[in-house]
Amino acid sequence: MANLRVKLPGLDMKNPVIPASGTFGFGYEFEKFYDINVLGSMMLKGTTLESRFGNPLPRIAEGPSGMLNAIGLQNPGAQAVLEEELEKLRPLYEDKVIANVAGSCFEDYVECARLLSSHDKVGALEINISCPNVKAGGIQFGTNPEMAADLTKAIKDVSQVPVYIKLSPNVTDIVSMAKAVEAAGADGITMINTLIGMRFDIKSGKPIIANKTGGYSGPAIFPVALRMVYQVTQAVSIPVIGMGGIATGKDAIEMMIAGASAVAVGCQNLVDPYACPKIISEMNDILDQMGISDINEIVGLSHQHQ
Amino acid sequence: MANYQGMMTIVSKKELVKDVYEMIIEGDAAKYITHPGQFINIQINQSLQPYLRRPMSIADYTDTSITLIFKVVGEGTKLLSEKAIGDQLDCLIGLGNGFVDLDTKEALLIGGGLGVPPMYKLAKDLVSKGIKVAAVLGFQSANDIFYKEEFEKLCPTYIATMDGSVQTKGTVIDAIKENNITFDKYYTCGPERMLDALALAYPDNGYLSFEARMGCGFGACMGCSCQVKTKPYKRICVEGPILHSSEVIVNG
Repeated sequence: MANLRVKLPGLDMKNPVIPASGTFGFGYEFEKFYDINVLGSMMLKGTTLESRFGNPLPRIAEGPSGMLNAIGLQNPGAQAVLEEELEKLRPLYEDKVIANVAGSCFEDYVECARLLSSHDKVGALEINISCPNVKAGGIQFGTNPEMAADLTKAIKDVSQVPVYIKLSPNVTDIVSMAKAVEAAGADGITMINTLIGMRFDIKSGKPIIANKTGGYSGPAIFPVALRMVYQVTQAVSIPVIGMGGIATGKDAIEMMIAGASAVAVGCQNLVDPYACPKIISEMNDILDQMGISDINEIVGLSHQHQ
Repeated sequence: MANYQGMMTIVSKKELVKDVYEMIIEGDAAKYITHPGQFINIQINQSLQPYLRRPMSIADYTDTSITLIFKVVGEGTKLLSEKAIGDQLDCLIGLGNGFVDLDTKEALLIGGGLGVPPMYKLAKDLVSKGIKVAAVLGFQSANDIFYKEEFEKLCPTYIATMDGSVQTKGTVIDAIKENNITFDKYYTCGPERMLDALALAYPDNGYLSFEARMGCGFGACMGCSCQVKTKPYKRICVEGPILHSSEVIVNG
């Protein structure tokens, strides 16, 4: 039985496995499958200042070992998350959660972050500057290092909890984005968000997704995520929560070897609602087989091979 | 804590009409179904391809078995149709609200194409409660008709075909009018155009089963949310697939 406990800014987690935002609702939907207290933490559904219905249907398409989604940040708004969703979650989950903040303009992001950071269940914020599915959905903050840095600073000024910035892979140089948010005071980075993709109906020629484009996630993007986490964790000193296509305990271990201090599991929760507890148990078995007594020993193990 | 997951074993498979299969699967997890109209979400392969589960309606069920009727429309359903007797499927079972309100004196069940299957178990349940039931089943053509005899054993059954090759030529609404069918509640599943037409024609007293592309089938991804009159939205997978006619926003 290896030590799986990891400590990150604002998060003292019994293990490094976190369901990723947008694949876990506000947590309580999974209570029907297992005791969600087994989770290290959880990233809540992306929340905006005002409620949003999101994009028209279809919002989902499929691809090789992955799925394309364009939900469009459907959420009940910050106030309802504070008063209703987090209160529903409170009796079911004992640890701190990570609130995911989204927006379409600078002021909304900052206000939403300020509000969500005030709740005692929220241990950290994850700032989604990388949603590819909403017009002006933050992606401009996620592709421009100066804008990302300005937003990070402003949120840091108002947040009562540590701030993690969620980076988009849809950039030429993700390392410069990571350095920019680190310099602006981010406490950590979460990465990667989805890769922008499309599918078409070959009979009509129409995009399958009503929004035309969507974000691709799932095991298909795992090697891309590994590469980016590997590059970023060597360039910054703040911790990175690695995600993108993790489906097994082995994947999670590999992501930590690439440099991640913890991992988030996204899409796999949708195809297998038991994915997270399975991954936690598999990680433990793998560490035992490897003779490693503490998960923290493997973080960035790959970096020694220069 | 509830549970919805279980392994089911394929015990029979037959092609009813071209590309439409009836498959019976057995396993303890069938017990998770509480109402007709709920659905099952099947992992087609243990491998990652196809990646997403396939949500399907349930035509009939007992505590230990489930009858599925599905049409081969793409990669997932093709792979499912090629499975062998004895193969096992990882399933999430008993998803969605189902037809909960069976408090009716005269029920009309309306199935369109692959919307016919969930009407079958509902018909059995209503008939066993002593309720007067009629069924209208809509198909494209004579060659597409399945389960007509099964329904006829339970209740008066009327057929509508778009090409007029069997009984009423036209839609299920044409068949309801042509046969002067009376009802106090109707229950239906079928293509969205048919459901929209029914919600417009009979806005007050129906339960309509919708389908949507789903990521998960259990409320996590928000992939299937639709706008309704009664709330900001409902997820077809959790607060649906059955919506009341009075809350349906046509083309919504």
